[in-house]
Amino acid sequence: MISLSRRILLQTAAAAVAIGLGAGAAKAEDTIKVGVLATLEGAFTVLGEDSMRGFELALQQHNGMAGGKKIVVVTGSSDASPDSAIAAARKLVEQDKVDILIGPLSGSEGLAVKDYAKTQPQVTFVNGTSAAQDTTLRNPAPNFFRFTTDGVQWQAGLGEYAFKDKGYKKVVSIAEDYDFPYSQVFGFMAEYCKAGGHVVDKFWVPIGTKDFSSIVASIPEDIDAIYVALGGADAVNFLTQYQDAGGDKPLVGGSITVDQTVLGSEGKRKDALIGTPSAGPIADNWDDPRWHKFVADYQKAFPKGFPSPSLFAHGYYVETEAVLTALDKVGGDLSGGQKKFRDTLAALEIDTPTGKVHLDKNRNGIADIFLTEVAVGSDGKLYNKVVRVIPQVPQTMGMDEAAFLALGPATRDNPSCP
Amino acid sequence: MTDTKPATPTSLPEELADKLRPHHFLIAAFLLAYPLIASDFWIVQIGAQTFFMGLIGLSLMLLAGYGGMVSLAQLAIAGLAGYIYAILGENSMNLGLGWPWWVVIPLALAIAVAFATIVGTLSVRTEGIYTIMITLAMSVALFYFCQQNYSIFNGFKGYAGLAPPQVFGIDWRAPVPFYYLALAVGALGYFGVLWLSRSTFGIALQAIRDNPRRMAALGYNVRAHRIAAYAVAGLLAGFGGLFLVWFNGRISPGTINVGNAINILVIAILGGLRRPIGPFIGALIFLLLDNFAIDLIDRDRFNLVIGAAFLAVVLFSPDGVLGLWDGLKRRLAKTAAERGKDMRVR
Repeated sequence: MISLSRRILLQTAAAAVAIGLGAGAAKAEDTIKVGVLATLEGAFTVLGEDSMRGFELALQQHNGMAGGKKIVVVTGSSDASPDSAIAAARKLVEQDKVDILIGPLSGSEGLAVKDYAKTQPQVTFVNGTSAAQDTTLRNPAPNFFRFTTDGVQWQAGLGEYAFKDKGYKKVVSIAEDYDFPYSQVFGFMAEYCKAGGHVVDKFWVPIGTKDFSSIVASIPEDIDAIYVALGGADAVNFLTQYQDAGGDKPLVGGSITVDQTVLGSEGKRKDALIGTPSAGPIADNWDDPRWHKFVADYQKAFPKGFPSPSLFAHGYYVETEAVLTALDKVGGDLSGGQKKFRDTLAALEIDTPTGKVHLDKNRNGIADIFLTEVAVGSDGKLYNKVVRVIPQVPQTMGMDEAAFLALGPATRDNPSCP
Repeated sequence: MTDTKPATPTSLPEELADKLRPHHFLIAAFLLAYPLIASDFWIVQIGAQTFFMGLIGLSLMLLAGYGGMVSLAQLAIAGLAGYIYAILGENSMNLGLGWPWWVVIPLALAIAVAFATIVGTLSVRTEGIYTIMITLAMSVALFYFCQQNYSIFNGFKGYAGLAPPQVFGIDWRAPVPFYYLALAVGALGYFGVLWLSRSTFGIALQAIRDNPRRMAALGYNVRAHRIAAYAVAGLLAGFGGLFLVWFNGRISPGTINVGNAINILVIAILGGLRRPIGPFIGALIFLLLDNFAIDLIDRDRFNLVIGAAFLAVVLFSPDGVLGLWDGLKRRLAKTAAERGKDMRVR
């Protein structure tokens, strides 16, 4: 069994290389060309590599075929900047002539690729994991689809939980200064402020900030908790410096803040994290057969991957799964400007490792969101325990659409409830 | 026969006419006919981008090749022109002033030249590695200024939805018009620098590069010449910056970060700093590598190809690809001469 999946993986890789070498060659009738765009350079390289694993796993489970046609893969790489995402997308679309493009990974990239999608109506764009809300909410591109939901949705339930169950009346927020954290803060505050909470102050830091001392010093004393939407090394740096400075306020985490890179690290910091609530599209220990199977398949296919698939592997897996399922349904028929394929994609309801997903009228996913809390496992290690699942969260968080749009786009200053 | 005209150096058109060879016509014909045979990707992403990245590289070539001053601020100057175009003109972010293009473009170029002059004024007191450091510092300072300034530069997000003006009813961002526009401005820059290098100013600049003290003793204002070179290079980079925002349709601090600023140096050195054609050749090679390296090798290691190619060129020819070409020509000429000698002996 292992050798079989490895063989398929090798064949997929070989096919990818062969197609890559023959890029620009005449397209055979019985193949469909799919471009995958991920951050394989720069600060998010590790995340980009895991997203590629998610893509490959989905393709592998379909034996590299969809709708009776062979899927040929072309890879594109960006460094998380919008410029590089556009350059890579342009190459995949205009030079390699892909039929479908899956990606990108990061928030600001998604906004740029959506704008580009409008100029390339012959190609169907399916998001990777980029989660800025306005990629689909405002001025959406008719050929851009997102099954993975956005950063606002990912925070569903968290604001209310922090206020009511945890009793945090006043918080400050610390987040990175780009589109994805804007969406995260927006998602948290939408519920938190409505419940009666106050976000006294908001701190925005550039990606890759090493020194948080000035921010640590300006955190006021009379707050109940700190809302932190930082990722990877930024989160570790902030938490370390905050605790070294004697800070003892409890935390509330964004979707990528209290992941295994933070929880797995050693030291006294661990104890302070117990009880930290967070919310996101996946939960490591979700006790569901579909999730168990996904994790087992991932571990079998990628012995050198993460211990458990990250949010990025999951996201690319779900998007790829949607593309391949829709292709199966239309028998690989991409004629007529891909109309049949896109209609099928828009009406698709798929069963993912994290539950059912379908799209709204803006082609944005409606899916289950997991509210979690950091807990100690039987082995003494920290993990995110599922507190509750918020079923089928829409992009407007259950609000009336006009009222939700009237809140305005997520920015540094919006929303506000000091 | 009496000739009263004093012996003047030949002008550039005469000089060019003198040097024209069949392959020059072939190249010109190829560049003009290129959009007929190439796909949109090759027209814009490789073709047009070669001209405007070459133009920014050319601004560095002018400073480093003729002036002996290696500046890492050329992309920052280009980026500033792009930002001014975004801020004063129209964009899709509901920001900016929406002024007409015939005000915005000259103003963007003027501010680029002004900024280049400031960079020049500050850096001409230094030499060698110190020039590199101070221009890099100014480049990084502008990057952080743009990233952290929200009221003017819109911070990390920058500006999106930028397009070239619709002049004469032509969509200049469509592949073919964009290509010819970039070709025209690129050629203008190329011949402009060629002309400049033969002008009194250009000759003086090269003399200053070779021996500033002697030139100062002869009464030349060394600093003024160098600062003027920065200003001219700023104009070239400014044009390149406008094309950069038209090409990407957006500008953000990521456009002018250190990595990209160093890419300009790579482009200039890859092609060769000796002649104005060098940066264009360098831009072409760099863009081909940047776009296609990922197809040649495992996706985890494709940056290795770019690095290896750069290393190889610098290792085997400090003058870049142009140096390789000159060496090859010399060797061919030598063997031809030797063959001729052999024939005479026989």
